[in-house]
Amino acid sequence: MLLHFHLFTDNSSLCKEFFMALDKILLDHGSGGRASHELIETVFVPRFQNPLLSDLNDSAVFELNGARLAFTTDSYVVDPIFFPGGDIGSLAVCGTVNDLAMRGARPYFMSVGFIIEEGFALQDLEQILLSMGKAAEEAGIQIVTGDTKVVPKGAADKIFINTSGVGLVPVGINIAGQNAQPGDAVLISGTVGDHGLTILSKREGLSFDSPLKSDAAPLNHLVEEMLQTSPHIHVLRDPTRGGLATTLNEIARQSQVGIELWEEAIPVQETVLAAAELLGLDPYYIANEGKLIAILPADQAEAVLRTMKRNPYGQNTALIGEVKADHPGKVVLKTAIGGRRLMDMLAGEQLPRIC
Amino acid sequence: MKHVSEYRDKNLARKLVEAIRSRSRKPIRLMEVCGTHTVAIFRHGIRQVLPPTVELISGPGCPVCVTATEEIDRAIRLAQSPEVMITTFGDLVRVPGSHSSLQQERAGGADVRMVYSTFEALKLAQEYPHKKVVFLAIGFETTAPTIAAAILEAQRLGLENFFILSAHKLLPPALEALLGSGTLNIQGFIYPGHVTTIIGTSAYEQVARKYGIPGVVCGFEPVDILETILMLVQQIEAGQARVEIQYNRVVTTEGNTKAMAILEQVFVPCDATWRGLGPIPGSGLTLRDIYRKFAAEDHFDLRVPPAQDHPGCACGEVLLGAKRPPECRLFRTVCRPDKPIGPCMVSSEGTCAAYYKYSE
Repeated sequence: MLLHFHLFTDNSSLCKEFFMALDKILLDHGSGGRASHELIETVFVPRFQNPLLSDLNDSAVFELNGARLAFTTDSYVVDPIFFPGGDIGSLAVCGTVNDLAMRGARPYFMSVGFIIEEGFALQDLEQILLSMGKAAEEAGIQIVTGDTKVVPKGAADKIFINTSGVGLVPVGINIAGQNAQPGDAVLISGTVGDHGLTILSKREGLSFDSPLKSDAAPLNHLVEEMLQTSPHIHVLRDPTRGGLATTLNEIARQSQVGIELWEEAIPVQETVLAAAELLGLDPYYIANEGKLIAILPADQAEAVLRTMKRNPYGQNTALIGEVKADHPGKVVLKTAIGGRRLMDMLAGEQLPRIC
Repeated sequence: MKHVSEYRDKNLARKLVEAIRSRSRKPIRLMEVCGTHTVAIFRHGIRQVLPPTVELISGPGCPVCVTATEEIDRAIRLAQSPEVMITTFGDLVRVPGSHSSLQQERAGGADVRMVYSTFEALKLAQEYPHKKVVFLAIGFETTAPTIAAAILEAQRLGLENFFILSAHKLLPPALEALLGSGTLNIQGFIYPGHVTTIIGTSAYEQVARKYGIPGVVCGFEPVDILETILMLVQQIEAGQARVEIQYNRVVTTEGNTKAMAILEQVFVPCDATWRGLGPIPGSGLTLRDIYRKFAAEDHFDLRVPPAQDHPGCACGEVLLGAKRPPECRLFRTVCRPDKPIGPCMVSSEGTCAAYYKYSE
């Protein structure tokens, strides 16, 4: 944090260069990758100076009248709004529930804000509300306050949703991106890339022999079961925008550790692999909406893995790597053929190949 | 679709690596001339498993990277006119021109849209009859036939508001220019699977005969690339210079004659400027006279001031295999994928971007 603040106020060429480049917001700034990080770290965080914000975790965790609360917010602008495996409504509930769960919190209450474009079909809105209700019920969270705004045609694309959530962190649980330690095991709760490729394939009108389906799901019950098996989990993160690769890079930086991944062990569906090849994308950088990364002491990995596999959202859990003391801040992939390479953070939007 | 995992078989890959290690004696430099290969080599960590005798060099194989700054400046000039809608493949929007990029123009209000195919651009021209839809036609022989097909379709539909700005590049004249410069120190070519699917192998036969350099047409999975390297090592150790096809599940010696016929029906070769290589006679494609009404350069005023490249940018030398990205003084310090200075850092298949993203 100090470093970022320093960067922001001094007159170094790096600082100037950033502001010259930042004359306008580009789509890259919303990718969840490096450009988003720079925007957050150099423009947002310094304006609101406080240690809870600058931790840059999925939720802020703080004490209030003796209770440890987790508080988070997220906005949803997915296009198309309906897709196989979910819609913008289920996503808006699951995303916020998961952001709370990733701090080990049990979710309790949620707010919902809608920005709706003039002319939007009421039937579509009802379908979205129905799936929000279902997802909230499954997660055991109550939607207790809300807001609706309608804007003229063209001022928004169909419908945007914001949700905020509050949860309670049980005593003895301390989960944060800063807590990974050398020697820890890295688990992923299932196949990666399913959500992002489902959205992209729907957008591009691509279809495959075995249809793709978004993995959008509330993970709080899975997390509860994991914490019952081991309350000593160090880090939980849902690899949404920017995918597995970007999320692990964030953790490596926050904890100042290295992470080594084993390509062979990372579960990817054959259809996702094929679709990604076709579109020139890398599944490790593609968004997931129902997966979590768990980093925990190696001696507890086996037991937690078994617990996870028993939950429907963790059936394909795999041990995919370990935390190292060397190369702090970096993620290195051991490739299936025996090579090694850096697995960097996503730079901007992942764009389709052109030849 | 099991075509991916079977070519990533680690046991097969390990056997190929062992074979390369046991056969390779002389130190050799092999050049890949396809951006997709550059990325695949990094992604699968192929360099680290090769013996020190085999060095892989990246050549001018990424169509975005070889697009000259002046061509980007022209596209930007077009984007600035309010009646124009620019349609383009993804990576091009981020390539910096002399003063701006299409991405920045888009943020400033220009109508710039990403498409996955030329036919999407055609559809947009039909949907927005009051707009002049210009497709930025870049790419090698792989993409040119589909663009030619779109022109024929536009002709059939009688579209008056569809144009292309052709910055196509042809591979064989560039190979000839690279080798003709006499500065290229390489012993074998890893030829591009996709381009060769279209053009066949005759151009490579000439390279093998005239310059004594062998080449193998290669697929894009790790097993493909390792097998290609083994085939090249065997030829070089035996003092041979032949053209072989490793990627024979797709590529034939004669290529796709139907696609080539459509390409030749619509386009005719013209001189073109390559970033890094400069002007190369007959290395571009322009629309034939009967299709000129679709040529953006005939319809719009595209005059731009002489292009200004960043003086420190070494993309030119990187494209020739003369410099490695870390030898450029801008690499990683000023030039990064999110703030690229040169095109090799912009394109996901550019050599600098691949080095930045994958090398430790």
